[in-house]
Amino acid sequence: MTTRDLLEETYSAVTVNKVRSGLTMLGIVIGIASVIALVAVGQGSQASIQASVDSLGANLVMITPGAQASFGSGVRAAAGSAQTLTPDDATAIESVNNVEAVAPEVSGRYQVVYKANNANTSVMGTTPAYEQVRNVQVSDGNFFSDTDVTDSNLVAVIGPTVLQDLFAPDANTSATPDMAIGQQIRINGNIFTVIGITVAKGGSGFSNQDDMIYVPLTADQHYLLGSSAYVTEVDVEASTQSAMTQVQNDITTLLEQRHNISASQSPDFTVLNQASIVSTASSVTGTFTTLLAAIAAISLVVGGIGIMNMMLTTVTERTREIGLRKAIGAKKRDITLQFLAESVMLTFTGGLIGIVLGWLAATVISLVTGVATSVSIPYILLAFFVSAAIGIIFGYYPARRAAGLNPIEALRYE
Amino acid sequence: MEKDIIVCKDIKKVYGTGETAVTVLKGITFSIKEGEFVAIMGPSGSGKSTLMHILGALDTPTSGHYHLDGKDVSKLSDEELADIRREKIGFVFQAFNLLPRTSVLRNVSLPLIYANMPKIKREEIAKKALNDAAFPEAFWPYHSNQLSGGMMQRVAIARSLVNNPALILADEPTGNLDSKTGEIVLHTFQNLNMTQGKTVVLITHEPYVAQHADRIIHIRDGNIVTDEKNHKKLIARKEKDIPHDNT
Repeated sequence: MTTRDLLEETYSAVTVNKVRSGLTMLGIVIGIASVIALVAVGQGSQASIQASVDSLGANLVMITPGAQASFGSGVRAAAGSAQTLTPDDATAIESVNNVEAVAPEVSGRYQVVYKANNANTSVMGTTPAYEQVRNVQVSDGNFFSDTDVTDSNLVAVIGPTVLQDLFAPDANTSATPDMAIGQQIRINGNIFTVIGITVAKGGSGFSNQDDMIYVPLTADQHYLLGSSAYVTEVDVEASTQSAMTQVQNDITTLLEQRHNISASQSPDFTVLNQASIVSTASSVTGTFTTLLAAIAAISLVVGGIGIMNMMLTTVTERTREIGLRKAIGAKKRDITLQFLAESVMLTFTGGLIGIVLGWLAATVISLVTGVATSVSIPYILLAFFVSAAIGIIFGYYPARRAAGLNPIEALRYE
Repeated sequence: MEKDIIVCKDIKKVYGTGETAVTVLKGITFSIKEGEFVAIMGPSGSGKSTLMHILGALDTPTSGHYHLDGKDVSKLSDEELADIRREKIGFVFQAFNLLPRTSVLRNVSLPLIYANMPKIKREEIAKKALNDAAFPEAFWPYHSNQLSGGMMQRVAIARSLVNNPALILADEPTGNLDSKTGEIVLHTFQNLNMTQGKTVVLITHEPYVAQHADRIIHIRDGNIVTDEKNHKKLIARKEKDIPHDNT
């Protein structure tokens, strides 16, 4: 029997009973579609988490002070509240190998006023290096310069959310950058001149980088914080991704020396590596994706059993036909192949429809819920492979049963 | 002298083993020459079906030898039997056994699919076989289940011809037909036998049907009772000679 004849025979056998073939296929369709759709949701969220972590800045190492414990009471305040990290630490870190840029930061929330509008927002005092380290882009105007930092100039770069909150004429009109640049705003009572607007980045999962005002570090320390003794965070950009671990370790050693911390003590600071944040986040979403895929795989197995059930029914129904085929010279192999081809054709077609439906479902999910989805080619190929494999696995037993029929008894079967 | 197509020597068939063993054929010996039209007759339980299965290479004898077209098929495996059936035997069954919802042409060419013949050649042979089986061309586009019994049996006869078999084996071919259509089918067999020299073996329990053959072998209780020339051979009427209503 040639392959072409086999396909023709199979096609006519499958299309003879369209409703039944369709219903049987439905199990596989639903199984494959749900695998594709759910994995797309899982991978989409993984990708979007990755993207927002990346938007924090490339090759980022973050140093925050440890938690402050008041002596004797043992009560700990929130991590980062200690005032152990100094601007000198930041300067020292600049000499560590493979460090590209260092941005010390102080931050706080203040009331900000422009004319009749006011907002409560984060104010970040930092240096121009921040622009590079945290991947901040200015859409209009400029970021402040080193001179602004040296001179403690009262200038501010504002995020698009702040722009809207302070400068929009009313709630329904959006503010343009022109309305803000050159204007004076009051931060905690101090007058700052707006010199730039940052590009919208969206929430990063840690803080909203659009609802933020950047001012020179020294200006913040003098006018807002009232102290130049400490910083609340130091952000470091490593030169390459592979150097991140080395940079992290060297900074830890350096700060331990500077803070007189022996190896047995726990340090009064934390060095966080962006890569470790990414890997934590992606391991969470990876587990999530696996869980979704596992649930969907169950429906695939159920669909496979449906195929087997229908194939067994078909074999019984067509006993006489099998007897005839054997009487006119079909071999066991011919019969096995024919029935296997039927189940594979069912699962394969089901798989194809399932892929299309799953893709559509993923698109609809992302349109309706706003969750990012990504349908990946390897998963489509996998789905193809799996649906064909299901056809072979669940079609094999019925096919062997058909091939094993005794032609004499099969011809007599009523 | 014409050659022997079928040579059976002391064929025995036993079902079961030990005390429950049943001997269905108790030593059958006969031969059939090329171009003969033989009827094998016997009541039910006589062993004629078992003999038919052995002659049709669907089964093998417990002992004895069966030569078909010069080849000993009594000791072959299942797969080798399938080859013999494909190459040397054309079956016609009482219940027609056509594939339902499948075209006439496809039904007829089905045996050739297993012989790996290309489609164009297959259909060419199938059309010739349909003509030989007196199947009217007007019905060719129909599906098998849209045909009357007589037409279905003629499709089955055409199917038995496509592999150019050494032997056409017809098992109660008129059993599901009324006497008029039965007559037409018998005429088709006689015609194939006389004009094309096909060897036909007809298995039946109806004396009237058996009377259409050249030679009648009677079987009873697993033995051949009589094996003689049929001197009162009936010639079946052709379709156009029968005043028939719509078949």
